[in-house]
Amino acid sequence: MPAGEQVTPDPERMPVMSGADILRFARTAALGYPLRTALSVLAMAIGVAAVVVLTALGDGARRYVVGQFSALGSNLVIVLPGRSATGGFNPVNVVTSTPRDLTVEDAQALLAAPAVRQLAPLTVGTSEISFGGRLREVVLAGSTASLKDVRHYQLEPGSHFLPEGEAGRVAPVAVVGAKIRDEVFGTQPAIGQLIRLGDRRLRVIGILKASGQGMGMNTDELVVVPVALAQSLFNSNTLFRILVEARSRGQIEAAKAQVLDILKARHGGEEDVTVITQDAVLATFDRLLGALTAAVGGIAAISLLVAGILVMNVMLVAVAQRTGEIGLLKALGAREADIRQLFLAEAAMLSLFGAASGYLLGEAGAFALRSFFPVFPAYPPGWAVAAALITALATGLGFSLLPAQRAARLDPVQALMRH
Amino acid sequence: MALIELSGIERAFHLGDSVVHALAGIDLVIKAGEYVSIVGASGSGKSTLLNVLGLLDRPAAGSYHLEDRDVTTLSANEQAAVRSRRIGFVFQSFHLVPRLTAAENIALPLLLAGIAPAEREARVGRALREFGLEQRARHRPDELSGGQRQRVAIARATIMQPALLLADEPTGNLDRATGEEVIRLLEALNAGGVTLILVTHDPALAAHAQRQLVMEDGRLKSDTDR
Ligand SMILES: Nc1ncnc2c1ncn2[C@@H]1O[C@H](COP(=O)(O)OP(=O)(O)O)[C@@H](O)[C@H]1O
Ligand SMILES: [Mg+2]
Repeated sequence: MPAGEQVTPDPERMPVMSGADILRFARTAALGYPLRTALSVLAMAIGVAAVVVLTALGDGARRYVVGQFSALGSNLVIVLPGRSATGGFNPVNVVTSTPRDLTVEDAQALLAAPAVRQLAPLTVGTSEISFGGRLREVVLAGSTASLKDVRHYQLEPGSHFLPEGEAGRVAPVAVVGAKIRDEVFGTQPAIGQLIRLGDRRLRVIGILKASGQGMGMNTDELVVVPVALAQSLFNSNTLFRILVEARSRGQIEAAKAQVLDILKARHGGEEDVTVITQDAVLATFDRLLGALTAAVGGIAAISLLVAGILVMNVMLVAVAQRTGEIGLLKALGAREADIRQLFLAEAAMLSLFGAASGYLLGEAGAFALRSFFPVFPAYPPGWAVAAALITALATGLGFSLLPAQRAARLDPVQALMRH
Repeated sequence: MALIELSGIERAFHLGDSVVHALAGIDLVIKAGEYVSIVGASGSGKSTLLNVLGLLDRPAAGSYHLEDRDVTTLSANEQAAVRSRRIGFVFQSFHLVPRLTAAENIALPLLLAGIAPAEREARVGRALREFGLEQRARHRPDELSGGQRQRVAIARATIMQPALLLADEPTGNLDRATGEEVIRLLEALNAGGVTLILVTHDPALAAHAQRQLVMEDGRLKSDTDR
């Protein structure tokens, strides 16, 4: 007897195909039909790449807008004189209906609010700057040293901003925008020069870095001087805004309430100011663009569904093409579960490879976008990448359940006859 | 000792209104180590009988004991285990997997049985030597002659050292000389102890067997033991 052991095999205790062997066999199957395999991989790859690129675009737009807002300053609470009926952001309406002025003293008082980290009073007007016979109209901002931190201003090398403390309110100094520097001083060094502003003589102590872009005031054409100096130039002691920075994102609402309370107390119990938070505006944009990104990603994910259906069809063709082979494997002792695993492993490989190459393709696409539009931070968000990969694998595998089951259930005699 | 005991085996196929009784009451006992040939007209039920013996097909009625165990009542997984360990198939059309090499084709049953790669390699190497296929180990089926293909198929059928070897017209796609060579190989395996059941429609080949069965319309017409 060649078969020494006569013991009846116990299927429960029989060893089964190892995972490595299943994968190797599935790989030969996938490579054995290159066109079919390439087609499924391509479909998967396009689906994943579409999700990655489109969400990179959407999230890039969101980041761009958020970045623009953040450039205004973080955790910002803005105090405007006058009560806005709608609470909306309408400076014209607000400024004209001023019942009681905002003053530097009001600003000082706000420092007592525990949720306030720092603040900068701001008065704004126009004036004329002259230097070496050149005259130019400029937007003049009166503020304090804190303005730099509150608004995240960047200075050119060798520059100083307004001095700290009392001097910051009155010292005869000016910080000018990059464009003003170019137009008024040309190639001469600007720092240290004396300029005339209205009827005052001021020394230029700093240059604001060119920002090129930016919402709100364009700092390139701005001249910043101490607040008291600006007020005396404008012959008024009112403020245009108080820019308040809350201690943290979580303290913004507290800061808003405290600011309102203090000012109400100071203004004879009347709530005659408007407090807006940058956060509220930002959150709206953030939500809107986030939803847009998700929607775009979702639409792109439909292509993954299509890819899944394609994988299913490819696997159905594979089952039909390899019917004889399936019959043979059964004759050689393969169980239904073995056959199912072989086909699922093949589908998983197609999906995994497709998803991985799609991810690389998508990242390349996002990189190309960033190269062509450097201001646009087109990075695919992590959740979108994860969702795309998981969806690709899940659809690839999910849609292969039917073909794999069909293969496993084939009648071996019928299968062997079809050869 | 009886390897196979069939009694009252029935298998019918329904084609529309008509019923084909492919196996109509087969009683048969085959002892371990026997060499049995089966002849009969086309459609007489030879392949169906082999499929039942190989647990690829379930009879509608009757009992089948293999190595003293009733195998018709086994679950699908248990039957697969029996196919894996106790039964080898050789087909007329070879049934090699075209994308796999000769060595890989021979290794398939070992792979499915979860046998470790090192032992697999040793056993496949031995089989390649025994069947004179060493030079062809890395060749795919389309690079092999018909005789070589059938030798690969036989090596694959016996790599798990089965008790029962079922060959359904194994020479049907081969020329006479190659066919005889394949028959000699199967007979050598039988001489080594494997029970060999050979379906053929070549009376000369059938005459090699010590026991000859003739089938007709799903019945055993004659059973001659020399
Ligand atoms: N799957 C099937 N469906 C319908 N009829 C079948 C099927 N398999 C076999 N038959 C019929 O059963 C009979 C026996 O077939 P088979 O065992 O293949 O004969 P043999 O191998 O002796 O030529 C034939 O009449 C054949 O047509
Ligand atoms: Mg036949």
